[in-house]
Amino acid sequence: MSGIEWNKVLKEMAISLVAIFSSFIIGAIVVLLSGYNPIQAYHALLYGAFGSLNNIADTLLATTPLIFTGMAVAFAFRCGLFNIGGEGQLLVGGLTAAWVGTFQGIPMLIHLPLTVMAAMLAGALWVFIPAILKAKLGVHEVITTIMFNYIAYSLVAYISLKVLARPGTVQTHTIEESAKFWRFSNLIDMHSYLNIGFVIALAVLVIVYYLLWKTTIGYEIRAVGISPDAAEYGGINSARNIVIALMISGMLAGLAGAERALGLFYNYRSGFSAEYGFTGIAVALLGRNHPLGVLLAALLFGILSNGRTYMNMMAGVPVDLVVILQAVIILFVSADLVFRRLFKFKKNGKGDE
Amino acid sequence: MDILTQIFNLQTLYATIRMATPLVIAAIGGIFCERSGIINIALEGMMLMGAFIAVLISYFTGSPWLGLIGATVFGGVFAVIHAFVSIKYHADQVVSGVALNMLAAGGTVFLLNVFFNTSGTSPAVNSLPYWGPFKPTVYFGLLFVLVAHYVIFHTTFGLRVRSIGEHPHAADSVGINVELTRYICVIISGMLAGFAGAHLSLGVLNIFREGMTAGRGFIALAAMIFGKWTPFGALGAGLLFGFFQAVQIRLQGFAIPSEFVQMIPYIFTVVALAGVIGRATPPAAIGKPFKKNNRS
Repeated sequence: MSGIEWNKVLKEMAISLVAIFSSFIIGAIVVLLSGYNPIQAYHALLYGAFGSLNNIADTLLATTPLIFTGMAVAFAFRCGLFNIGGEGQLLVGGLTAAWVGTFQGIPMLIHLPLTVMAAMLAGALWVFIPAILKAKLGVHEVITTIMFNYIAYSLVAYISLKVLARPGTVQTHTIEESAKFWRFSNLIDMHSYLNIGFVIALAVLVIVYYLLWKTTIGYEIRAVGISPDAAEYGGINSARNIVIALMISGMLAGLAGAERALGLFYNYRSGFSAEYGFTGIAVALLGRNHPLGVLLAALLFGILSNGRTYMNMMAGVPVDLVVILQAVIILFVSADLVFRRLFKFKKNGKGDE
Repeated sequence: MDILTQIFNLQTLYATIRMATPLVIAAIGGIFCERSGIINIALEGMMLMGAFIAVLISYFTGSPWLGLIGATVFGGVFAVIHAFVSIKYHADQVVSGVALNMLAAGGTVFLLNVFFNTSGTSPAVNSLPYWGPFKPTVYFGLLFVLVAHYVIFHTTFGLRVRSIGEHPHAADSVGINVELTRYICVIISGMLAGFAGAHLSLGVLNIFREGMTAGRGFIALAAMIFGKWTPFGALGAGLLFGFFQAVQIRLQGFAIPSEFVQMIPYIFTVVALAGVIGRATPPAAIGKPFKKNNRS
């Protein structure tokens, strides 16, 4: 199985591209029926995303958390698990980063890694109970991670508003200088808050690739993902790998929270996450659960989320068009059998009816 | 004893029943869907769509009753998407559910902009009249529980639904049309969720507000699980969770933060799934696409 199977790669890419294309056509029809001009809308969307250096930087800023959450979902998928709780893990991680970031008198060399690791740990712990329940009792992780999302919403709201809030505001205290991510605006003259978190996200993609395809633990995780029973028969402990995969997934979602807290907001505030955890599901599906695919899909959704404000200003189209596009893309990718039938992507050329 | 009289009074009882209604109705929708073997995490989105369509129709026709009917019908139509991709195209049912929730969240706000030129709250519309102490939807909710119990446990259709959720291939071999039955169940779930949404927008309030279901679809999912996939179980769980929603504001006076009361349904559900108080076990074939010639 060495080397890249280009044929397979191209087929996987074709499915994603057809899904994107179809969703944009449906989006155009929706825009047209609503009485707006779709060409003007998409043009404004692209201008908003790429019109200036600052806009491009903001697009990458919007892409960053999606790389983390997309990779979080994709990592769990590789083990056959659906981590729908990325949103909760991100919030818990973000709040933890915003809290540890306020500790005073620690040199940056220690404080920054400590804060980031605390966020990762918080994200991992938030998925620990669903992981254990899945591994030991077979409880469906989708239901438990959804429940933990809602537990997180309440818990994080309580702590951020009633325990850690700066009096009279809905924000926590500003983090110390020693816990802030370096911003590109220190080097280049622009307004964007694009920060080193983007570079960390790219590094994480490489690390995840290495972990999944070049190490024993990655091999075991993928084996469990393909067939837990076969893996078990081959001497792989499925339960252990399920817990590890979900906790790494939680760590990645926690990192998304750390980037928002330490690179963008410098605190935790209400409206901290623009549903990055859920968009991460779209990113993972569209990216076919591969780090490179995740990068490209995160970029697409980063473009959409950054360009939509401009689309609203210039073409009058409500920003929520982007959420509709996202939903339609997910539907098309999930029903990829449609395309497989359409393009005869069957190995034996026979229908499956 | 002050805390007890504050919590247990007639007002709380009424509030509990009002709060429980959408949870119970949507949960019954969830039961039909999941009993037939299809996961439905899109109850939230279906409710949201129902709430919006109800207000839209009431706004343009002036009739809340037409709004209620429209929400129910459209809930079913919306559910067809879920049925189509997960039954016909064997899509991952969780993924499809996620997509529908997004479509509803984005779609309702988009349409709010298109029809009312606002992105937060719709204009006020005619809401449903009171029938005694409650809105009509409450009584319908109770009726749905009885009918659902009868249909699921005492009719041939119910037996078919339960059998295809446990072992679709066995059901198929005795001549049950698995796909058709699943279509019907998913559409029923959408209709009930749409009805539940209309209860929120035309029963409790007289407006549509962005994201107004606020996780109730997931609490309904929790009620379904906590009630072990039975209508009376869902009624009990729905009333319990409705009670917590009703008292959370009152309890704040006693230094119990509402956030902690809000967590209760979700924690209960995890505990129930973990088997600490009698294991909640889902239908055996849930989430698995049915492929006629591909037995596993």
